[in-house]
Amino acid sequence: MKKIFLLALVFWLIIPLHSIAQEEEEEDLLGMLEDSQDPVTNYTIATFKNTKLVSGNSIETNGKGVLQFMIQHRFGTLNSGWRDLWGLDNATIRLGLEYGLTDHLNIGFGRSSFQKTYDGMVKWRFLRQKSGAENFPFTATAISSIYLNSSEFADMERENYFTSRLSYHHALLLAKKFGDKFSLQLMPTIVHTNLVPETIDQNTIFAMGAGTSIKLTGSVRLNLEYYYLLPDQVFSQDLTNSLSIGFDIETGGHVFQLHVTNSRGMTEQFLVGNTTGSWDDGDIFFGFNISRVFNIGEK
Amino acid sequence: MKNLKFVLILFIIGNTVQAQKYMTQNGTISFFSSTPVEDIEAVNNQVSAVLNAESGQIASVLLLKAFNFEKALMQEHFNEKYVESEKFPKSTFKGEILDYENLTVGESPTNVTIKGKLTIHGVTQEIEVQGTLSSKQSVMNLIFDFDVDVADYDIEIPGPVKEKIAKTIKVKANFTMNKV
Repeated sequence: MKKIFLLALVFWLIIPLHSIAQEEEEEDLLGMLEDSQDPVTNYTIATFKNTKLVSGNSIETNGKGVLQFMIQHRFGTLNSGWRDLWGLDNATIRLGLEYGLTDHLNIGFGRSSFQKTYDGMVKWRFLRQKSGAENFPFTATAISSIYLNSSEFADMERENYFTSRLSYHHALLLAKKFGDKFSLQLMPTIVHTNLVPETIDQNTIFAMGAGTSIKLTGSVRLNLEYYYLLPDQVFSQDLTNSLSIGFDIETGGHVFQLHVTNSRGMTEQFLVGNTTGSWDDGDIFFGFNISRVFNIGEK
Repeated sequence: MKNLKFVLILFIIGNTVQAQKYMTQNGTISFFSSTPVEDIEAVNNQVSAVLNAESGQIASVLLLKAFNFEKALMQEHFNEKYVESEKFPKSTFKGEILDYENLTVGESPTNVTIKGKLTIHGVTQEIEVQGTLSSKQSVMNLIFDFDVDVADYDIEIPGPVKEKIAKTIKVKANFTMNKV
């Protein structure tokens, strides 16, 4: 009797022990692998969908060997009435190419029908938001552009210089992605125009930009872009601050961006230094960007 | 009574003896998606795997962000939209080689069947894969391939790219594991 009891006790002890040991062994293998793995650095990806937030640049760059072709389009103002079909008759367009020399260094070229302007740019993402083995809280990109206004000079009588056609913009783009749904960007910006309309206008003007992107679904985002022009810099024109609201719709290698904005121009030069539309008065331009990437170089 | 105690102690000791293990930190897993529109291939050369040579148990871990694609944008979409690497950074496999005790593993590859649990995108599925196992000195080489139905792992492929991404992805693994 005693023996049977003991035997039962032993079995009762051994059987669970055995199965526990087995389970632990299985758990162990995965645990062992995880322990042996060196911590890795996790770089934040897809802070924004495109290299453009709406009209201005985002921190994003094209990967090495990637050529991006972009068509940007702004119709006339929505308040221009039925005769212009609420703006459809007065479109401006910018065609642009951007190319990734490296994953972090891009060059670009474009041409806007607005003021017949050619532009060239260099964009360098020099800090990246990352977590894990290495940590850094935000991504930083520097961008510099040069613009050439090829339209006829306003005053043909005076002596006009080639350099009078040029203007520049430099900006620091700082962005942080919070979780996987929300991104915020700040962009302190300088625009320098060699020839300004009146001598009382500043050649170099300062603006502070801010933008956000909210992920609505995997392929759709809502973007906001705002440039605040610091006061007492431009007097000859009644400038307003640029405010744009847009959607990104992504389909594989294409990104479609649809937006409404009070800026007619599609580069920082115009966003900061040439926005005259007022949201209150209905000077709102409907527009879109179409972006397509091609892999032409070695990765 | 004494005997029973002895058996019990032996049993406990037996369980705690370290089993012989083979391991790698740079195993390869590649996958292929083939449609009439586009072929997509990605390779991960930083896969960790371990094999318990006594029991035939096997485990493997990989980081989804370590998959390299031909096109940078594909890699971004894969991580951001499909497998959601921020939320589910790792994919794991835990299983065992079936009928392991009756296998003789030598220099020429032996056919094996592995059964286990594969976790991708936070979803775990029971799978059975076919492969080969060979050993040479202190190295074990395990090669296998299997198919993954993306729908089984709650991975949604949006309409516009449905024609470009296959519903069934072919996966190949090659682990060259060293004795530890």
